[in-house]
Amino acid sequence: MDAQLAMPAAAHFDAPAIPETGGGKAPRGSAAMPPMLVVKNLKKYFPVKGGLLNRKVGNVHAVDDISFTVFKGETLGVVGESGCGKSTLARLLMYLMQPDSGEVAFGGRAVGAKDGLPLRDLRRNLQMVFQDSYSSLNPRLPVEASVAYGPRVHGTSAAKARETARGLLGKVGLRPELFGPRYPHELSGGQKQRVNIARALALAPKMLILDEAVSALDKSVEAQVLNLLRQLKREFDLTYLFISHDLNVVQYISDRVMVMYLGQVVEMGPVDQIYNGPKHPYTAALLKSRLAMDPDDKIVTPPLTGDPPNPINPAPGCRFRSRCQFAEAICEAKAPALGAWANRASHVAACHMADPQSGHTRAGTSAHDALAEEAAR
Amino acid sequence: MTIPTEQATRPLVEVRDLSVRFETRDRTVHAVNGVSFDVMRGEVLCIIGESGSGKSVTMRALMRLFSSRITRVSGDIRVAEHDIMAVSERQLSDIRGSTISMVFQEPMTALDPTYTIGDQIAETIVRHQHCSHAEAAAKALDLLQLVKVPNAERRLKAYPHELSGGLRQRAMIAVALSCRPKLLLADEPTTALDATVQIQVLLLLRKLQQELGMGVIFVTHDLGVAAQIADKVAVMYAGRIVEYGSVRDVLLRPSHPYTIGMLASTVHGQERDKDIDAIPGTPPDMSRLAEGCNFAPRCRFAEASLCTKASPPPVSLSPGRETRCFRAAELLTRPALVVSQSEVVAHAG
Repeated sequence: MDAQLAMPAAAHFDAPAIPETGGGKAPRGSAAMPPMLVVKNLKKYFPVKGGLLNRKVGNVHAVDDISFTVFKGETLGVVGESGCGKSTLARLLMYLMQPDSGEVAFGGRAVGAKDGLPLRDLRRNLQMVFQDSYSSLNPRLPVEASVAYGPRVHGTSAAKARETARGLLGKVGLRPELFGPRYPHELSGGQKQRVNIARALALAPKMLILDEAVSALDKSVEAQVLNLLRQLKREFDLTYLFISHDLNVVQYISDRVMVMYLGQVVEMGPVDQIYNGPKHPYTAALLKSRLAMDPDDKIVTPPLTGDPPNPINPAPGCRFRSRCQFAEAICEAKAPALGAWANRASHVAACHMADPQSGHTRAGTSAHDALAEEAAR
Repeated sequence: MTIPTEQATRPLVEVRDLSVRFETRDRTVHAVNGVSFDVMRGEVLCIIGESGSGKSVTMRALMRLFSSRITRVSGDIRVAEHDIMAVSERQLSDIRGSTISMVFQEPMTALDPTYTIGDQIAETIVRHQHCSHAEAAAKALDLLQLVKVPNAERRLKAYPHELSGGLRQRAMIAVALSCRPKLLLADEPTTALDATVQIQVLLLLRKLQQELGMGVIFVTHDLGVAAQIADKVAVMYAGRIVEYGSVRDVLLRPSHPYTIGMLASTVHGQERDKDIDAIPGTPPDMSRLAEGCNFAPRCRFAEASLCTKASPPPVSLSPGRETRCFRAAELLTRPALVVSQSEVVAHAG
């Protein structure tokens, strides 16, 4: 299994060794925690057609060579702006679409390989909760039947499946005798999302992918659902991949964070290190764009200008350089690599500034420190 | 620009006891239940509330953007010199887009996909200022530059689908500002945008608002957005304004249990191994509102003898500040609350 764990070590610099116990809330357990999901060099391009003969004119680089590991029992938060490939990534992991290349291993077994893990078993153990709580439920089924559907498909008797469904509705805070017979349109957004969570748990999965699962909810309901997710994680010993554009929510729920930009991972590391000392200028700008709830603490100048560029046929070099205040010639000449990822405590960034040997004039300085230097000037 | 003194002191918008009901065959939804507020010239009022609280309906009432078949509106609305409830449909269409204009949440559906951005801006100008198309096109270019669209000349000829989300929203702001409105209505204009783009648009809106001296009513569910852009804040719950005051008063020293709960339940750097202090329960069904305070069933400070009997009237705690809660004065001075609130503020940084 260790062979599968080895990550591509593209750059040649040492990730700072941070003791697992340091930094406020270290991830629970230790390095002994086994990996749950290992993703290697995952790629998905979508062809863009156009022109007179409707030929292929380019590719949307939706997910472009992404590698990461999710360990058992942790929550890995994935953040990024729209179009960065977060949702494509989730769909690839569920094999709801086929990757162009790359490997996914779940629980130590390669998915889809000849003697690997069959898709049916993958989906039993890896379930997903979507953003739109309404369109992801069958409007013609009472919610109890929706929750019982998965176990039925996987061969459980009708009576047993119904019992499971009722139990789970109770677990997510919906009284089964009251809510079970209702149809999705009779429930509020928060209640529907609770049903979706119950349904995702119906096959007793080991891991959940939560794709913007709380984004459409009102703030007071969002807080309730986040509390529920934390409680269920403890109770069922779950592992989460939590995808969101909301940096505050990701900070609250995650042990480790992965930041994506235009189909690539630009930074990955333990949550406190990312939030207190971002290495990549994009991460730093995202964090600075958060709005405080204090009217005396307003943002005066926008941390970034412009929109994320078009993901169709991105130019070579660093994809962030068009919006980056620290961009130099090296950033155009060469795409920065993510750096050597060693273990759960590694904090790596795909930025020439993070690589002391890159030749960037600020090489060896994190974006956080570079911005502080600029501000001091 | 010199404003006559009488105009300067008189609010730009006066809304008194506004109620909006939607009546269908099977039920009546009481969307807005007696809302009163003023907006001064050059002031930004943020209406904060969750979905179904009546915040968007209140705003649409200022333009009478309702289907008359099922909507029952009562109360008084005055914007500038117009009595909105009394004007004819014809006058109303003159007012819409010139005196009052609106920016919507989803620019892709608010803009017409079959016309270029330039044509859509020019159309509004021609309609209200009765100028030639060439003049309007020149003004459209100025407007796109005003809202900081890069390569404005090229973007005039672009269709909405050819622009990114942030540029589309800027184009919609350009349409809304084309006739120099006195009042701009903004319905969650940045909610669909990414964080790094949202702050750009918020800063732009605030700058334009100050330069043009517009009154703005800004509807949002996001307390951070309100903190960034508002002068005054109105918190709505179940079709009523439950708390109203300056942005600093309401966000730093909230006096209504709902505002206090919203601040505590918004995720912003809470300790990770503790549950978030969420408001329990769900908002009420607006077609079946019970007697008494509508927030009472979810309120940790509610007293059965008091809160479920009658709807609390607005109480003025200090000049320019009102709260609809029987216990507001007591909550505001409760030391425990002040402490927990300062924690909230400390985390917010």
